[in-house]
Amino acid sequence: MDQTARVPLTSIYRVFFEIGVFSFGGGLVPWIYREVVDIKKWMTKEDFLPGIALSQVMPGVSSTNCAIYVGQMLRGAPGAVTALIAMLTAPFCIALGAAFAYKWLLGLPGFQETMIGVAAAAIGMLLRTGIEAARMTTKGLAPMAIIAVTFVAVGVLRLPIVPVVAIIGPISVALAWRSAPDSVPETPSNPEAGA
Amino acid sequence: MNIEILVRIFLIIAPLSLVSFGGASSIYAPLQHQSVDIEHWVTAREFLDLFAISRVMPGPGSLFATLIGWQAAGLAGAIMASIAIYLPSSVLVFAVGHVWSRYRGRRWHTALQNGLAPLGSGLLFAGVVTLARLASDGPLPVAIILAVAGLMMWRPLLHPVWFLIGGAAVCYLVHAAGW
Repeated sequence: MDQTARVPLTSIYRVFFEIGVFSFGGGLVPWIYREVVDIKKWMTKEDFLPGIALSQVMPGVSSTNCAIYVGQMLRGAPGAVTALIAMLTAPFCIALGAAFAYKWLLGLPGFQETMIGVAAAAIGMLLRTGIEAARMTTKGLAPMAIIAVTFVAVGVLRLPIVPVVAIIGPISVALAWRSAPDSVPETPSNPEAGA
Repeated sequence: MNIEILVRIFLIIAPLSLVSFGGASSIYAPLQHQSVDIEHWVTAREFLDLFAISRVMPGPGSLFATLIGWQAAGLAGAIMASIAIYLPSSVLVFAVGHVWSRYRGRRWHTALQNGLAPLGSGLLFAGVVTLARLASDGPLPVAIILAVAGLMMWRPLLHPVWFLIGGAAVCYLVHAAGW
C-alpha cells in the first residue's frame, strides 16, 4: 500500500456501503475485488488475493471478513472498523425492518404455511452447498471422516460446538498439514472463485 | 430493559461467532438448541420463520442472529445479537490479517484451508438436519428440500431466488387448496 496516497475513510465507507446495499445472494468477494483492485486501484491484485483465502478460512461471513481485511490493509484499525460497519449498515437496517414486520406478517392468512416452503427451499440450498463443498474437499479418507465425525457430534449427539471444534479442528488441520505441499505460491486464480 | 437477557444473548452468541466457518451455515444446530430448547427466546416455529426471512433478506445470513435477538429482547436484543455474532470473528480476522498477508502462500495457509473446510461441511450438515427436523411436519417440506438440492445440482446456473419463490408458491397453493 502506497502510504503517500492514503484512502480517506469516507471513501472506504462509501464503497462498502454500496456493496452492502446490493448484497443479495452472496458472491460479494469478487465484487469487492472489482471495486478495490480494478476500479479504485486501492490495492494490487497480489495484496488482495491473500485476503480471499483469509476471509474464507476464518470464522464469520467471508464478505465481511474480506471487507475487514481490505480496510485494515488500507487504513489499519480505523479502516477495518469503517469497512465492516459500512458493509453492515444497510443489511442491519433491513433486518430491523424485517424483525419489526414479522409480528404483522404473522397475521396474514397463509403466511406461516408459505414460509415453510421458503424455509424448505433455503434448507435445500444449504444442503446443496454442503454437498458441493464436501465434494471439493474430500480427496481422501481423512476429510470424509472429519465431516462425518463433526456432523454426528453436533447434529446427532448435540454436543456443544465449541469443544467439538476445539478438538476436531486441530486434528483436521494437522492431517491437512501432512499432505500439504511444502511451499506454494499464492494461487493467482481468478477471484470469481472466491464467493 | 432487562440487562440480564442482553448479557445472556452475548454470552451465547459470541462463542458461536468464533466457530461460524462459512458464516451462519455452520451454527444453525447450536443456535437452534440454545435459542429454542434452552433459553426459550423463540419457539421452534418462530425459529424456522426467522430462518426463512433471513435467507430472503439482502445481506449476510448471519443477520439471522439479529432477528433472534429482536425476538428475545427487542431493539436492544437485536443490537446485542449483531455485536455478538460479528465482534469475535471480526477481531480474529483483524488480528490474523497482517501475519497472513506477510507470509502469503505458505504451507500453513493450505493446511488451515484444507483442514477447516471439512469441519465447516460437517457443521453445515448438522445445521441442515436440525432445520429439516423443524420444517418436516409432513412429507411436503422434505420433498421440497430434496427437490431444491437436486435441481440446483442439475441446473447450477438458475438463480436461487426462483427456488425460494417456487417453495413458497407450492406450499401456499397446497395450503390454499386445503390438501
